[in-house]
Amino acid sequence: MIPVSYYFALSAILFSLGALGVLIRRNAIIIFMSVELMLNAANLLFVAFARANEALSGQVFVFFVIAVAAAEVAVGLALIVVIFRNRQSIDIDEMSNLKG
Amino acid sequence: MNGELILFFVLAIVAISAALGMLFSRNAVYSALFLILNFATVAVFFLLLGAPFIAMAQVTVYAGAIMVLFLFVIMLLGAEQIQHQARRGWQRPLAMLLTLVLLAESAYLIFTRSDVLTVLQPAAADYGSPQSIGMLLFSEYLLPFEVTSILLLAAMVGAIVLVKEDKKSGGQK
Repeated sequence: MIPVSYYFALSAILFSLGALGVLIRRNAIIIFMSVELMLNAANLLFVAFARANEALSGQVFVFFVIAVAAAEVAVGLALIVVIFRNRQSIDIDEMSNLKG
Repeated sequence: MNGELILFFVLAIVAISAALGMLFSRNAVYSALFLILNFATVAVFFLLLGAPFIAMAQVTVYAGAIMVLFLFVIMLLGAEQIQHQARRGWQRPLAMLLTLVLLAESAYLIFTRSDVLTVLQPAAADYGSPQSIGMLLFSEYLLPFEVTSILLLAAMVGAIVLVKEDKKSGGQK
């Protein structure tokens, strides 16, 4: 069988790639997708440790994380649509109205 | 025994390549499709870890519903054609450096903590079955489950209110 540390390493790599995407991309939709990637890496670690400890609660938490991610995506994409309607752009460098 | 390890590494390579492809695609539609591939491989990992219910939820909710919503918005906005301008030069190297630091910290944790090195033992026969998850969900976690329904309702109403055209001001643009 596979050691838990392999899943830990894979999850860490996927999470780091998601964080890198948030930092280097300027397209708001791609940044959103990177956040989803990070949530997914956390889910993978949840399930791996639930399996290692034979604790089913970890899987129930992943279920809740998926539900919250769905709600977050619905509201976030609606915000992006509204911003695009007002500014014709979803480049996050141009969202500086609050800067004063 | 050995076949499972080979399967793990092949899937891990696919998952990481899909994540890299999502990051560095010029076209937002390609990014979304790479992300769907990544979610599908993670669903297979869930199956390997004895979580068939979560794996199916992953495929239907994440790879299905959420990514269709993403693709729909990308196509609606025409965002796949948006070119991003040249940004300040120091941001990208700094982001790479910070990511490497994060990876190094994770590697330090993996190699110094001995309790994460335990090899997974074969689980009980009914571990992770939809029946056992349902029993847990509707007994111990009943309140969070119901609160989730209110959260989803609030998100639905919020999304509709945000996107709805304002009738009084004649849909200002």
